[in-house]
Amino acid sequence: MNYQFNWQLVLKGEYADWIVKGLVVTLKISAVSIVLALLMGTVVAVLRMTRIRPLQWLSLAYTEFFRNTPLLVQLFFWYFGCNVILPEAVNKWLYAHDYEFASGVIGLTVYTSAFIAEEIRAGIFSIPRNQIEASRAVGLSFVQAYRYVILPQAFRIIIPPLISQFLNLIKNSSLVMTIGVADLTYMARQVESYTFHGFEAFTVSTLLYLGISLIVSFAITMYNKHFMLQVKY
Amino acid sequence: MHWQVVWDNMDYFLWGAFPEGALGGLAMSIILALLGIFFAFWLGLAAGLMRLSGRWWLHYPALVYVEIIRGVPLLMCIFWFYFLAPVVLGHTMPEFQSALVAFVVFTGAYVAEIVRAGVLALPKGQMEAARGSGLSHVQAMCFVILPQSLRNMIPSFVNQFVSLTKDTSLAYIIGVNELTRAATQVNNRTMNAPMEIFLTMLVLYFIVCYVLTSFSRRLERHLARYQARN
Repeated sequence: MNYQFNWQLVLKGEYADWIVKGLVVTLKISAVSIVLALLMGTVVAVLRMTRIRPLQWLSLAYTEFFRNTPLLVQLFFWYFGCNVILPEAVNKWLYAHDYEFASGVIGLTVYTSAFIAEEIRAGIFSIPRNQIEASRAVGLSFVQAYRYVILPQAFRIIIPPLISQFLNLIKNSSLVMTIGVADLTYMARQVESYTFHGFEAFTVSTLLYLGISLIVSFAITMYNKHFMLQVKY
Repeated sequence: MHWQVVWDNMDYFLWGAFPEGALGGLAMSIILALLGIFFAFWLGLAAGLMRLSGRWWLHYPALVYVEIIRGVPLLMCIFWFYFLAPVVLGHTMPEFQSALVAFVVFTGAYVAEIVRAGVLALPKGQMEAARGSGLSHVQAMCFVILPQSLRNMIPSFVNQFVSLTKDTSLAYIIGVNELTRAATQVNNRTMNAPMEIFLTMLVLYFIVCYVLTSFSRRLERHLARYQARN
């Protein structure tokens, strides 16, 4: 193994700045997508719970389709394929702004929201049916029953799997490099191709991803310790 | 709309240039996924059982392996094996092999968690009864615990296989000739039908993965009847 390690290269100076910039982009695209995916996932889950058949089918098709296709191909579809359907004005605006970033956010949001919708649905279904019957019987309205009885319990159950979906999203966000968003993985690769010191660049970025993951899984463990014990039937 | 492009290249999407040239397209994706899950099963079984072991020199290496891999994006894993194999081995590894190794190492960590959860989900009485009737720990594991828990794990394995099938699309990045790469090649050559091409890709992946997912759901219902209870 005749490889000269040069850790200073990625820990100081220009290349270190690249890595930090990449980390910021990763965190930014993840944060935006997490918020949007949570909203979208809730909408899709609620559609599935309504009594209106076409809406149920729409929600079912959405979750099944986006969960069973690769994120990479979805990103390609949004990035390369989508501009054909969009109106000219929207395309112009998107090209003038950050088109890569927008496609990345759409791809990550749609993909993750399909998984989040299923988690939310599973959480609400795990609350025994007689809870809602009992709350209706004591005089709460349907919305009140959900607001004060079902959702507070359901959210306790949903939060740990939800956080692990967020974690998946952060890891999946590495795929946006393929459509040209300069995230952490992209920058590591960039350093590799400029300096041939891939070992150092990949080690640093792997440690950064690992750090994020460990912090998040530690948070889940703490949450489970403190709150999960209270949910018992 | 240029759907003609898709129809003209359908055979290339499905099996590449196969009879005359190299195998590629969807067939390659499926081969990659099948080989990947096969080797990942054995790696994951070993890592999962090691993690359950009481001996620290078996427990901790498995724990570190599983936690590190699960905390890192698959793409990072692929780059590690692709760019760093030459540094460690001294010669380059072909794309197919290095992608396969990355998939096996990555999926192995997830399989290890399935194995661990599956063994722990079995009622404690099973192990106690097996030890009580005179079997050693290893015998109890091989003849009582694993036959039951592995069967219960089958749906999770199928789900992991679906994930892996989706993940094989990442092999495109280092240049393996699978479905996503076939699509980008055709897209770069024709230039006029990106929407049609990538929509077709989504549908092709969807068909494969959805069939497997439905199969796993059905299996889950079927197997639920045979589970040992507390």
